[in-house]
Amino acid sequence: MSLTILVFAKQVPDTKNVTGKAMKEDGTVNRAALPAIFNPEDLEALETALQLKERFGGRVVVATMGPPAATAILRHALYMGADETALITDRKFAGADTLATSYTLACAARKIGQFDLILCGRQAIDGDTAQVGPQLAEKLALPQLTYVVDVLDIQKGRLRARTQVDGGYEVVETPLPALLTVVATPTPPRPAGAKRLMQYKKAVTRSELLARHSGATYEDATSLADEEGRLRTLGLWIHEWSAADLEAEPGRIGMAGSPTKVKAIESVVLTGKKDTVLVPPTAEAIGSLVHDLVKDHILS
Amino acid sequence: MSKNAPGNVWVFIEQDAGRIADVSLELVCKARELADTLGVKVEAILPGAAVAALPPRLHELGADNVFLAEDPRLKHFSAVPFTKVIVGLARQHRPNIILFGATVTGRSLAPRVASSLQVGLTADCTDLKIDHFEDKANNRVLENRLMQIRPAFGGNIIATIVNTWDDPQMVTVREGVMKLAPAQPGRKGKVTPAKVELDATDLAVALIERVTEEKSVDLKGAQVIVAGGYGMGSKDGFALVRQFAEAIGAEVAASRAAVDAGWIGHDHQVGQTGVTVRPRLYIACGISGSVQHRAGMDQSAKIIAINQDPAAPIFAIAHYGIVGRVEDVLPKFIKAYKGRG
Repeated sequence: MSLTILVFAKQVPDTKNVTGKAMKEDGTVNRAALPAIFNPEDLEALETALQLKERFGGRVVVATMGPPAATAILRHALYMGADETALITDRKFAGADTLATSYTLACAARKIGQFDLILCGRQAIDGDTAQVGPQLAEKLALPQLTYVVDVLDIQKGRLRARTQVDGGYEVVETPLPALLTVVATPTPPRPAGAKRLMQYKKAVTRSELLARHSGATYEDATSLADEEGRLRTLGLWIHEWSAADLEAEPGRIGMAGSPTKVKAIESVVLTGKKDTVLVPPTAEAIGSLVHDLVKDHILS
Repeated sequence: MSKNAPGNVWVFIEQDAGRIADVSLELVCKARELADTLGVKVEAILPGAAVAALPPRLHELGADNVFLAEDPRLKHFSAVPFTKVIVGLARQHRPNIILFGATVTGRSLAPRVASSLQVGLTADCTDLKIDHFEDKANNRVLENRLMQIRPAFGGNIIATIVNTWDDPQMVTVREGVMKLAPAQPGRKGKVTPAKVELDATDLAVALIERVTEEKSVDLKGAQVIVAGGYGMGSKDGFALVRQFAEAIGAEVAASRAAVDAGWIGHDHQVGQTGVTVRPRLYIACGISGSVQHRAGMDQSAKIIAINQDPAAPIFAIAHYGIVGRVEDVLPKFIKAYKGRG
């Protein structure tokens, strides 16, 4: 068996570790100050894909939609063991909600062509919506398994996995091709391989290659085309796909393809009650607090 | 659609072996409120096997009609067949709004339905209201739209989202966020049987085994909760939280950081991605108080925060603050409680 596995990943601001440095004076979060990371559950999805490749053979293709800087997570995917990567980038994709995003990713999946399995993290930590996976499955008319914690086996074109459900877990089976959203893997995502890092840190997109030869335009520079050919042969080529490359309908991508609009955003302000009673950490003061709580029937 | 007569407010009813999920009941109550504001009806969608006995409960909570999609093939939840049932009904009856519980089931189903209907969906709303929306991009004002209010960005911002396309407007809402209103015994409603047409490809996903794990904890019903965070230092350190809870007769809860560190199971997590609680007393031990945590506990009647960092945001919402090391403070607390008179 040789599997073609697509992994869709996202670069996200690290909302989990909001430290003092990322706080503004008014108590709100300075989002720009948060470091950009590989979305944690997407790393679990990639790890799952790499393990399946090791067990059953095949190749792993990782794609992300985002600004050019999101190439960083694609390089990281190469360091971990991905075979091929693609950056889905275009100003026209900006402002996409989950419906427009899933449409765009569906176009990318069609461009990649034949595949057996799509893996996504269950949700991204900037939005926590968990919507893009199931929406992508629907767009591609694929069966879906969500909240996957362990892929148990693949046999005769059917995949068996353990999934979390409310109040327990299930073992379910789906024919391939299918889409899975992954919460966790039994073993944590592998770190970047040192050898692979040395090798793949040179991987570039077309825009990055052009920037290196600034001033040149692609079409008239045969040397660039030669360079691209060389990089492709070495596996150092990161695909870069625009809306036009994906033949995406303009009305279904970015802001235009997004039914949901943000009416208002309120930063949560971390100041609040001014009447907090400070209790010193002494036996006496704590004793008196406990006494009051019992007296007021807050503690029995 | 939205241009013609307004559609009704729908609720997806999640049930397991005939037991309706709490969140579905809560959402019927919320739907009643929204429908009254809009002057429309509340309708429930009830797919499942052997569920014909359930509609009266939904009528008593405010449903005017229940679409009963009863079929043995819908015994266990599976996204594709459930989507087909709901999309079929929605295309036929054109609801204004559809509410789903933000459970594992709801969060797998609602996006698939939204994608199929080509409509917007907002996840994990913490508040819903009806208001108008100035759609400046298209130079128009949309009346009577559903304001979908949710935390985003790890809970650091609260966003109000509006669906500007045709109905239905769809959202998911976490359990415990909307309040269960008292039932009105004897309140009657309609039951409309819905056709279930499925083919083999819809049923491609097979359930092999299902393991139910008793919930080890009932945080929603707890009166006193002791919660531990990353400040407990280690799995061994977290044991002190359990010890403290046991001593004062409290349930044990945790922040996301403590759960992610593997010190305690996810069932115990309080916050935006965990459980929302409203106990009489909430004692936060070594919890810094991220917005995502506070979203799940700031409605507690009394809050005590114990943290060695006097600048920890948790103190901003605490009624009592104890600045000190948890390993010093908790034993003193236990001792004082044991000696209470």
